[in-house]
Amino acid sequence: MSGEQAQSPPETETDTTPKEIETGADAVVRSLENAGVEHVFGVQGGAIMPVYDALYHSEMAHITMAHEQGAAHAADAYGTVTGDPGVCMATSGPGATNLVTGIADANMDSDPLVALTGQVPTEFVGNDAFQETDTVGVTSPVTKANFFADDPTSVGGDVGTAFALANRGRQGPTLVDLPKDVTNGETTDDPGAPELPDTYAPPEKADSDAVSEAATALARAEKPVILAGGGVIKAEASDELRAFATEHEIPVITTMPGTGSFPEDHELSLEIAGMHGTGYANMAITVTDCMLAVGTRFDDRLTGGVETFAPDAEIIHVDIDAAEISKNIEADHPLVGDAKVVLDQLADSMVGSPATESWVEQCQTWKSEYPMDYAAPDDEPVKPQYIVERFDELTDDDTIVTTGVGQHQMWAWQYWTWTKPRTWVTSHGLGTMGYGLPAAIGAKLAAPEQDVVCFDGDGSFLMTCQELSVAVRENLDITVVVLNNSAIGMVRQWQDAFFGERHMASEYPWIPDFDTLAEAFGARGFRIDTYDEVEEVIEAALGYDGPSVIDVHIDPGENVYPMVPSGGDNGLFALTEGQL
Amino acid sequence: MSRRQNVHRTGLEGPPPEERLRPVGRRNSQGIRIDPEIEAEHEPRRTTISAYVNNEPGVLARVSGLFHRRQFNIESLTVGPTQNEGYSRITLVVEEPDPGIDQIKKQLSKIVPVVHVRELDSNPVASELVLLKVDGDEPDKVQAITEMYDGQTLDAGPRTITVQITGEEGKIDDAIDAYKQFGIREIARTGQAALARGEEETARVDERHT
Ligand SMILES: Cc1ncc(C[n+]2csc(CCOP(=O)(O)OP(=O)(O)O)c2C)c(N)n1
Repeated sequence: MSGEQAQSPPETETDTTPKEIETGADAVVRSLENAGVEHVFGVQGGAIMPVYDALYHSEMAHITMAHEQGAAHAADAYGTVTGDPGVCMATSGPGATNLVTGIADANMDSDPLVALTGQVPTEFVGNDAFQETDTVGVTSPVTKANFFADDPTSVGGDVGTAFALANRGRQGPTLVDLPKDVTNGETTDDPGAPELPDTYAPPEKADSDAVSEAATALARAEKPVILAGGGVIKAEASDELRAFATEHEIPVITTMPGTGSFPEDHELSLEIAGMHGTGYANMAITVTDCMLAVGTRFDDRLTGGVETFAPDAEIIHVDIDAAEISKNIEADHPLVGDAKVVLDQLADSMVGSPATESWVEQCQTWKSEYPMDYAAPDDEPVKPQYIVERFDELTDDDTIVTTGVGQHQMWAWQYWTWTKPRTWVTSHGLGTMGYGLPAAIGAKLAAPEQDVVCFDGDGSFLMTCQELSVAVRENLDITVVVLNNSAIGMVRQWQDAFFGERHMASEYPWIPDFDTLAEAFGARGFRIDTYDEVEEVIEAALGYDGPSVIDVHIDPGENVYPMVPSGGDNGLFALTEGQL
Repeated sequence: MSRRQNVHRTGLEGPPPEERLRPVGRRNSQGIRIDPEIEAEHEPRRTTISAYVNNEPGVLARVSGLFHRRQFNIESLTVGPTQNEGYSRITLVVEEPDPGIDQIKKQLSKIVPVVHVRELDSNPVASELVLLKVDGDEPDKVQAITEMYDGQTLDAGPRTITVQITGEEGKIDDAIDAYKQFGIREIARTGQAALARGEEETARVDERHT
């Protein structure tokens, strides 16, 4: 994993002589070491203290976050960038409940994450003891699996199992709840490498008959598209995807989590689809006659109303999770397996290619009819899209972008040219405001050689800006760009469109100066008000070796287009409010 | 290059929504492509699903949480140990359209300690137990009904009689109907337990899970 290059300074003096396993807590820590974990994100507290004490003797770096939500998001982003589970840790009660948003976020995005929570000693469990919460109960609906550890001799194995489950098959968050007497209890057993429970056997290869049927359907299609979801990235199948699309000349559309799985500068790329996707991608998914959908769960932000989603298309659905097949959109050809393996199977089964020349031409016509575009007259305030484009041009291709949630997230998604997997790190399924900054911290630690830029909204940034203290302490070279419209803009956009312009509780006339706020934390603060300042400030912020925040005062009236109203028809995307 | 020079949105030049190329087909609310000739929806049906699970804490909570969270329509759920130590069988009676039933099976299979899930065919060996507490004014008549349904009297006092009936669901429903004449005070039903008929195995389980 790329985290191997990480070299964050240990935050406290640690005694790094390897310690014999004496307690459950030692076994927990050894289990993480056995799994190759290098960074743990967390916050201390009473019930988790034995594990922290065991960590004192480990070479693993612990990143103390300002809030447990930050720990979960940082670990989630770390997992997204490296592909292996990020690890977060918190004490019982409020520590554990503060993790829940981040765990739920990872669950919606199938991100690999391991959460370890302290728990009151088993003799107090169920008695409403100080800082007791039924953490396993609370997190059960938002974890792939969770465990209550009840024995010092097996607790290391529990952590290993949690790690293996988070990592294998359809990835996701897992949790182990660690009562204090269990982590304090005696054991000398090394838990060994992570092992899957024997009831869990994720599929690898798809049924070969189903593959040949799908290949036949694809080969006879006239208007085929490939819809690449997050599963392509998780399965490391981008190369297979590109080879397949190029060989058979099939246009490729990515979902939001699939962004980066196929390079947008490729001529077959129609870029991004869904509520704020490109017009051309949404036209193509509406009229296609055969869709190869890989590693996507057909979220409603992508499909709009299911009645109008690709209604002429035979659907070939590749997914490692059988439960995704026909959950929202009926699959004509379900291919259950690992995306990388199945794409290879499919490539081998293709007998000829579909005749797509005129279809590809049609897609190009749509590209010129509906380009991603915005107006940016000099005498108006700075447009957010322009800021995103300038950053895109001034940074390397492998720059990692994180975001909060709202309009800024959509502009970042729309106006960045995505060419590499694992560079787009955002909260897709849960849509969690406040994700951007802690995610930037996790991403930078996971990939210290890559630039990390966080596009944030003023509302989203306010939710987790305390994590700047961590970025400063760890001296992380990240750039936060607050696209500041003094509003929770996405809400205001919906109020403009669907609630008669009544801006109930969506305007923030009282936000701080984010550049000054950054300086208070010890970061560098910048501010942009006019186009003339853009270039110079971006270069100064990127050039600064450490965390910086640019408070960009953008046009508060700017809204995100194209737009498909929720539950609407993708092919009827609006380019202006008048078309909604 | 950035597009700041543009003062107008050239994007507006593409056809507006009402003039765009349109598909001919449609899907229904279940995401199924509709054949324009026969516009069919899946009707709900009742079926029995059996899950063979690792007997560890929290399995039942995960299963019931799943049903709650995904809004599946559950009629009954029973659970109890099997001949194999450490394993339990959960029997679920559900009423859902076919896509819902498929989802239930797949979602159940995803739960890590669940070893095997299957839908039993339309006529499994199934049985349920009900306890009925009725007014004791006419003990002879109550006794007659109890005998008719092969039941047992578990408790008889001057004012109430409590009986037990076992059998498949229809029989239980009929028995309850028959007792109504005496005035039913309370009912406790267990929900169905079921196994596949004949030699057929209810769960396909390999040696590790026996
Ligand atoms: C934790 C959380 N609370 C509320 C929301 C609902 N919500 C979605 S977008 C949005 C506005 C975001 O505002 P801001 O971060 O300033 O971004 P902008 O849309 O202005 O770019 C809100 C409140 C959410 N997504 N997450």
